[in-house]
Amino acid sequence: MLEPLQDTFMQRAVAEMTLLGLAAGALGCWVVLYEFSYAAESLAHAVFPGLVLAALAGVPLLLGAAPAILLAALAIALASRAPGVGRETAVAVVVTTLFGLGVLLALSPQSPPGLQSLLFGDILGPTDTDLAAAAALVVVVAVALRLLHGQLLATGFDRGSAAALGLAAGRVEAALLVLLATATVVAVQGLGNLLVVAAFVGPAATARNLSDRVGPMIAIAAATAVLAGIAGLYLSYYAGTAGGASVALAILTAYLLSLPARGLRARRAPVRARAATTIL
Amino acid sequence: MPDRALIEADGLALGYGGPAVVEGVGFTLRAGERLALLGPNGGGKTTVLRAVLGELRPLAGELRVGARCGVVPQTERSRLDYPVSALDVATMGSLSRLPWWRRPGRRERREGLEALGRVGLEALAGETFGELSGGQRQRVLVARALVQDAGVLLMDEPFAGLDRTAAERLEALIAALASEGRGVVIATHDLGQAARWDSVLCINRRQVAVGPPAVLSREVLEATYGGEIVALPGGERAIVSPHQHDHE
Repeated sequence: MLEPLQDTFMQRAVAEMTLLGLAAGALGCWVVLYEFSYAAESLAHAVFPGLVLAALAGVPLLLGAAPAILLAALAIALASRAPGVGRETAVAVVVTTLFGLGVLLALSPQSPPGLQSLLFGDILGPTDTDLAAAAALVVVVAVALRLLHGQLLATGFDRGSAAALGLAAGRVEAALLVLLATATVVAVQGLGNLLVVAAFVGPAATARNLSDRVGPMIAIAAATAVLAGIAGLYLSYYAGTAGGASVALAILTAYLLSLPARGLRARRAPVRARAATTIL
Repeated sequence: MPDRALIEADGLALGYGGPAVVEGVGFTLRAGERLALLGPNGGGKTTVLRAVLGELRPLAGELRVGARCGVVPQTERSRLDYPVSALDVATMGSLSRLPWWRRPGRRERREGLEALGRVGLEALAGETFGELSGGQRQRVLVARALVQDAGVLLMDEPFAGLDRTAAERLEALIAALASEGRGVVIATHDLGQAARWDSVLCINRRQVAVGPPAVLSREVLEATYGGEIVALPGGERAIVSPHQHDHE
């Protein structure tokens, strides 16, 4: 059981996965509750050309991903304003364009081989910079979610009444998207462009099946992301499968295992509601 | 001062950037007053409520709101699958008083629990909001407005979908809130209830009438609802707009 941890590269991978799991699991709960899963996937895909350009230029991937995500957000904001174009259409147009651009760059004959690995991440080989960025991300996400908890909870529950409660719903949602973009930029290098969204959405969806309150949901999602992430690394170690894909598979398995709990809660709910009506 | 004016509107025209969707609105809501806001769907009721909340700037006219407004929306529009308890929702009312970085603490949760006690739901504080009945959900949202210490409650069709017992309980709660000196504006389709309250405001893209329930003549009702009047057993009159059929 502990044998893989004798290897330094596995120790570093487990450390990276634990940090990313904590951040992605906790933040993912709000992504799921705000129905931002599509935005999460889109942001991840939109950073792809930035990653490719950074790899081609030989600079840290973070330096390519950060401007790419800003560019994508700006393009989506502009495209949404075009008459007759809804937000979802604007996101789809911008993201497929940027993703296509990234693929073109990565697959052109002049590009060095191996750039395709940006699509699937490199969770098994985090650099010191990756580990430091992931640790900083955990701190930023923990502090931001703690400060914004009340506002996130109230705005997500009843956006229409947010103003009456003195809350700026648009600013709360913008803060959540900025956090999501920041987390995506950090996590995409380890988990890969195509699979990073699994770490945000899967553990949170699993936790939603297991809990009826946001606090426990966040704790369960963070634990699920870390444990499924480490299980995925073990699978990758023993079966020789790709790291990011193995992690995604482990997260999916956790979600499937949690489904019966949701069914049980749904069956119990009407009974509880009837009992409540009888009391009053 | 029991008859202090909480809301004063004069010659209001309201819209969403384009032409006015409702105009000529003028009324006064005093402390302790229950005002029925009557009109067809699309007639401008929600627009008037949004202006009172400060979400819409009047295109013309004057609007003075001299009290904190709490809103009680239709619960069908809120997230019934959201993982919050009745107490969580009631406690959200405290956010209007807290700085942005503070989450509600023990003191605020105690206020939430007290407010749930006021609306008769203390025993269900720990229940998931979406699993409560329609009437219970409305009362939880009233509790949220109480925690907010709202002097004015704006209720958007709070009786929609409630059975008779739940509706009676909610109406008694509204009477109790008014007796404490709060103003209550209730958008409703129920003329029978409106007749029991202190005043009515009829709008259909413009203000048709305002005053005590006695102003609800057949002509006013026809102008408000566009004409379809049905008589209820017992001689009561009611008007059903085509939209309302669809809605229900």
